Amino acid sequence: MKVVLQHLTKRFPNRNKKIKEEVVAVDDFDFEIPDGKLIGLLGPSGCGKSTTLNLISGLETPTSGRIFFGDDDVTDLPPENRGVGLVFQNYALYPHLTVRKNITFPLENLKGAEKLSKEAMSAKAEEAAKLVQIDQLMDRKPSELSGGQQQRVAIARALVKRPRVLLLDEPLSNLDARLRLQTREEIRRIQRETGITTIFVTHDQEEAMSISDMIVVMKAGAVHQIGKPQEVYDRPANLFVAKFLGTPAINVFSGRVSGGKLYIGEDEVLSVNGVEDRVVWVGIRPEGFVLSKDGALRCGLEAVEVMGRDTSVVATHPSAASENIRAIISTENEIDAGSETVCFSVKPKKLFLFDVETEENIPFSC
Amino acid sequence: MEDRLDYEIIEKKARTRRIVKKTLIYFFLAVWALTVLFPFYWMILTSFKTYSAYNAEYVPKFFTLSPTLKNYADAFTAVPLGKYFLNTAIFTLLTTALMMAVIIPAAFAFSRLEFKGKDLVFTFFLALMMIPNELVIITNFQTITNLGMRNTFAGLILPSVTSVFYIYLLKENFEGIPESLYKAAKVDGTSDMKYLLKVMVPICRPTIITIIILKVIECWNSYVWPRLITDDQAYFLVSNGIQEIRENGFGRENIPAMMAAVVSISVPLIVIFLIFHKKIMEGVSRGGTKG
Amino acid sequence: MKSRNLKAWLWLLPAILFLGAFMVYPLVDVFVYSMEEGYNSASQTFWGTGFYNFSYVLHDPYFLQAVKNTFILVIITVPLSTGIALLISLGLSSIKKVKELFQTVYFLPYVTNTLAVGLVFMILFKKTAYSEGLVNLLINAFGGSSVDFITGPYWAKMFVLCFYTVWVVMPFKILILTSALASVNQDYYNAAKIDATPPGRIFTRITLPMISPMIFYLVITGFIGAFKAYSDAVALFGTDLNAAGMNTMVGYIYDMLYGNSGGYPSYASAAALILFAVVLTITCINLLVSRNKVQH
Repeated sequence: MKVVLQHLTKRFPNRNKKIKEEVVAVDDFDFEIPDGKLIGLLGPSGCGKSTTLNLISGLETPTSGRIFFGDDDVTDLPPENRGVGLVFQNYALYPHLTVRKNITFPLENLKGAEKLSKEAMSAKAEEAAKLVQIDQLMDRKPSELSGGQQQRVAIARALVKRPRVLLLDEPLSNLDARLRLQTREEIRRIQRETGITTIFVTHDQEEAMSISDMIVVMKAGAVHQIGKPQEVYDRPANLFVAKFLGTPAINVFSGRVSGGKLYIGEDEVLSVNGVEDRVVWVGIRPEGFVLSKDGALRCGLEAVEVMGRDTSVVATHPSAASENIRAIISTENEIDAGSETVCFSVKPKKLFLFDVETEENIPFSC
Repeated sequence: MEDRLDYEIIEKKARTRRIVKKTLIYFFLAVWALTVLFPFYWMILTSFKTYSAYNAEYVPKFFTLSPTLKNYADAFTAVPLGKYFLNTAIFTLLTTALMMAVIIPAAFAFSRLEFKGKDLVFTFFLALMMIPNELVIITNFQTITNLGMRNTFAGLILPSVTSVFYIYLLKENFEGIPESLYKAAKVDGTSDMKYLLKVMVPICRPTIITIIILKVIECWNSYVWPRLITDDQAYFLVSNGIQEIRENGFGRENIPAMMAAVVSISVPLIVIFLIFHKKIMEGVSRGGTKG
Repeated sequence: MKSRNLKAWLWLLPAILFLGAFMVYPLVDVFVYSMEEGYNSASQTFWGTGFYNFSYVLHDPYFLQAVKNTFILVIITVPLSTGIALLISLGLSSIKKVKELFQTVYFLPYVTNTLAVGLVFMILFKKTAYSEGLVNLLINAFGGSSVDFITGPYWAKMFVLCFYTVWVVMPFKILILTSALASVNQDYYNAAKIDATPPGRIFTRITLPMISPMIFYLVITGFIGAFKAYSDAVALFGTDLNAAGMNTMVGYIYDMLYGNSGGYPSYASAAALILFAVVLTITCINLLVSRNKVQH
């Protein structure tokens, strides 16, 4: 089932009643989610990603714009008629019901021709439980399960009625680090096996990048970029997207383009074609630095952290937007930790230029 | 296309159902609100009707065109209603003040001081919470009578100056204050008394105010104990006064004057309630769920 | 160490003194009284010890009437008030506009003097020579015939007593249930809505189990409170409840202690202990049931 969002907008009255101005939670969201894909809605907290999810599920109604499931306009349809499955951040498992009863709960609501016999319900519940591998725990209460197990029950409950769209709200945020890695693989697997169009919300860019077919980066209600994870990472549309994706974060410098050359401070870093002379923000990914004795970028060396496979170099540069810059280089490079300066050359593909005012990406060729 | 139509029907049905449901709910809530408010309306209305007008109305009117304050004058002159008010005010004030003086130190001892037998005493205190008033009132009545304290404020007040429940509530609240504050104060050489009055009491002010308000309501409405312990009108509280008026009236059955008295004694608490309604409701629900 | 202990006890001293004098001592004493046969208040003498006081009380028609009244009152008002309070709280929690106003109005009876408002109820229900009373006029308007609710037939008096009791206990129950409902995580309702759960099922399968501890709490305290009913009856029917046939168990205790028929603390003690035993038994049964029923 493809999901189409047309100019979706949601405004809330301000919580502080004195301020008349409304809060725009989602601003003109326009996107067609292809059938059977796993989509990550990514952004810092308060960016409107959860509101978007609630609009799709029908728990909130949009101020303007339309929502389509396939060719059906579901914008004004109450949530119970939409046929979506929703997994809540805190799972919202009914604490007084066993795992089995929790999973069969949605099936018991079916009416008329869709009504199922007890056996059929039980079989469907078993099937869903097997899919998420909790079929051993059917008679326990939610309080007797670990966080990861509760998460699986919540997914099973959302899947059991074969939803047209599966929605996951911060599905991994309540799990510890190891479980998070495991569970996200699990979500990917379940999505592949069922082929249900799935939208999940997260503030963790790594999580979104690792399992999504496409990611949507949002900030303050506005969509900043939509694309395949690697595309978004390699070609960020603006400074915010560049900063939000990637750990360690991208290094930002103030620079200027003059006569087809890019300068950071006095250092001539790169020749950039097709850009007129102007002041720019320069973003360089940590892995975009190459250690070289006659490298153009001269930085003060602060610290060297060897982390097995990679070496992280903490350095300073007068034109950097933050106090420190961080470069990730291969451990094979010997670096003199006692030295005061370090010189880098830069990989052009890992360097981006942004407009100082609009922060939009400025394309260039080498 | 057919699908579209289906959706429209579903949407329309859902909307109608929502509106009908909302209307029914508001109707139901309004009915109960009326049930609650009507007696208040009736007593205020009647208190402004003249004696003759009231008695002439075989079918009572829901409004009055010639309101009078004479009933209020009657209520305060024909019976010593003013005296009842004064008594109740004194009783409420002294009881509440004394109670705070008793329960705050006790709660402090339970929450901050370490001493032998603390757990045992506290458990014993908690056990006392289970004891209904009816069980102890008999002996208290005998005690106060034997001490010759009938028809005195001491007799009225003393049995109700402790409340295990409020000690418990306050102790819980005191314990919420980080112990490090107490230790810091000790290091600075602050005495326990100063720490209690300057730090704990101000921090726990919301709870203390809640307790005071609840106790004031309780005192203002108390009936049973004052009835047992006073038979001299000079020591009647408002509840006993109103009952006295009900039994013996104003010489004749003067319902408007009776209602004027009822309004007079209800107004102070209602005013307090309207000012502090959030605090009072919060306090009652907290007290209620923990008790 | 010793001085620290002493200091702590000093802080507790007022509370201990008052509790000792007016709670602990009377608690022991009530048992003593209940066993002293033929105790005379004036001379403070008695002629024997035994269970005669209990036997007397249990054979006193006034006491039996009081027990009957109290049980009827309890059985009618506790389920009724809890049920209506639940409905009102559900209504309250599903609206936004003027919710706070409704809540404030509903709480009003809690802060008013039971005796005073009881008087208003009496006036509304009473049939006098001059007027049928407002309620009777209403009954007449619907084609019924007038009933004297205050001095008339037993069922009419019981009806007024129950009605007034419900009116008085409602604020507390509405308050507790409203906050219980508010504390149920909204996500459960959202989850149920997305699964197309019909409202009735949401109520029985989610709401009710989630707030069941609070409902049981209200039922237990409601039973205890209703067994102690007294001032509502006084407000409606006057202090001579025995004559009106509307006495309650607590009323019987007080009447034995003081007033026209008073001066018998031994009988009062025996009655108080019987009441305490009844309340304790009912509470224990309630707790047992709730332990089995409340799911958590």
